[in-house]
Amino acid sequence: MSAAVHTLGARRRRAALRTLGFLSPWLIGFSVFFAYPLGATVYFSFMKYDGFTDPVWVGLKNWRYVLFDYPFFWPALTNTLWLVAVMVTLRTVFGLGVGLLITRIKTGAGVFRTLFYLPFLAPPVAATMAFVFLMNPGTGPVNTILDRIGLGEPGWFNDAQWSKPALTVLALWCIGDLMVIFMASLLDVPKEQYEAAELDGAGAWARFRYVTLPNIRPVVLFAVVTGVIATMQYYTEPIVAAKVASGVIGGSGQHFEPGYPEKSTLTVPQSVYHLGFQRFDTGAACVVALVLFVLAMAFTYVLMRRGSGFLKEDD
Amino acid sequence: MARRRELLHWVAVHALAIAASLFFVLPFVFVFLTAVMSDDQALTRALWPRTWEWGNFRTVWETPGFLTWWRNTLLYAGLGTVLAVGSSLPVAYALAKFRFRGRNLAMMMVIAAMMLPPQVVIVPMYLFWSRQMDLTGTLWPLIIPFAFANPFSVFLLRQFLLTIPREYTEAARIDGCGELRTLLRIVVPMAKPAIAAVALFHFFYCWNDYFGPQIYASEDPGWWTLSYGLESFKGAHQTDWNLTMAATVLVMAPVIVVFFFAQKAFIEGVTLTGVKG
Repeated sequence: MSAAVHTLGARRRRAALRTLGFLSPWLIGFSVFFAYPLGATVYFSFMKYDGFTDPVWVGLKNWRYVLFDYPFFWPALTNTLWLVAVMVTLRTVFGLGVGLLITRIKTGAGVFRTLFYLPFLAPPVAATMAFVFLMNPGTGPVNTILDRIGLGEPGWFNDAQWSKPALTVLALWCIGDLMVIFMASLLDVPKEQYEAAELDGAGAWARFRYVTLPNIRPVVLFAVVTGVIATMQYYTEPIVAAKVASGVIGGSGQHFEPGYPEKSTLTVPQSVYHLGFQRFDTGAACVVALVLFVLAMAFTYVLMRRGSGFLKEDD
Repeated sequence: MARRRELLHWVAVHALAIAASLFFVLPFVFVFLTAVMSDDQALTRALWPRTWEWGNFRTVWETPGFLTWWRNTLLYAGLGTVLAVGSSLPVAYALAKFRFRGRNLAMMMVIAAMMLPPQVVIVPMYLFWSRQMDLTGTLWPLIIPFAFANPFSVFLLRQFLLTIPREYTEAARIDGCGELRTLLRIVVPMAKPAIAAVALFHFFYCWNDYFGPQIYASEDPGWWTLSYGLESFKGAHQTDWNLTMAATVLVMAPVIVVFFFAQKAFIEGVTLTGVKG
């Protein structure tokens, strides 16, 4: 009896050790590369630290500086929220539109699909540089063509009014990821439901509204959630566009006006970089990083909750 | 009548598809056409090259550093992918197939880490790699963490492993197979397409990464990657859009070539992230 209990206990312990063994890369990775630095970010947000002398406790001074005196914080926050609202919405609608189009193409669908997908693969730095060239007001083909057909010539990446719309055009060009997941989910909608709706006399819009949309809702939600997360981290395209368009680029250590033109392309992640790696103000950088953290988690939480509601409705 | 409507529908759909193709393809075309223009012509509004300067590509290729950036990018993407897939696989397997207390918590940790913008933890991370490890100025701070599982890879692999019926792993266990052998002999061969898709994603993530190399490698040009170096290339050739676009073509080309060889794995991978997620 006691021997049996003993072996059962030993087996359990072995199973626990085995589980621990399999999980160990992640347990170490999570502690060292996520949990520890997140705690350190909170710690440094209350410290004055330039990276050379010892950190000194300053209470809420960094928070006051970021919220009231740091001139790049509020523009960065409003730009990020603008991008979340406009870019994510347009990308989702456009991705769904292109997905619908692809499923309707009868001839050459494979070729079209490849052509539509290709821009998604272009490395962001290369794609951004390409678009800054294509849309540059001096020699860019876009304005050359707009001029030839007698339309106005926006300043795009060189004009504070047009820089975010220009970034949005670039984001729509790279729609391949959404197109593919929408395409796959559209093909999964049961054919019988369309036939039943047609027998009931439903038009194209009614079929889309009452058959397609309810069926693909989880994928729409997925597109919105991942879109919001990606937009919170939006960094490479705006910073490369600003550097290339302003003509201030090169190796490390070169300073340029963040968010050129007129702070219009500055995002929250960029201001973390600006404070932490250009001004060496660790404390203030950590404050902005925490704002970004709270924002990202809040968006994710709200969307997931609304999402689970969406999903339940379907049951 | 019905046939006529069908024909009209066909024409409308394909006209729309061709219009969309122009939007997706013309940027590539104009970039390429500018890449082969002469220096003088690149300063004008011309759309079509008067002479075809194929030498522009050679000029870019022979730029000091370009081959180093290639090598560094391959090291970062290649080694990073091998490490990330290798270390994520056992974690994903445990999360998909083992029953243990705290499994949901472990899964929540994976999802939270996936959602976390990398910029949130970058300041302490940089201090860690420069003060404790003395590895800044290289790509190692980007490669080493991949040896400790990558949340995105764990998540995708787990999604796929969940679809493998329990009977397969149970049968192996009854035959006296240890868990590690079950994973390597039974599960890995079945999961090959998913592993290929995850590896491709990871490779492209590293290939495209700009933020990481900018933070850790910017201080030493000997460790720059293509994505980071490309930007400095524009700095060295301020107004030469032709050379800059030639460099852009050379950075885009390998990705597109790989895509044509691995198209199926790609499309499968994207649907794996979305539809089953």
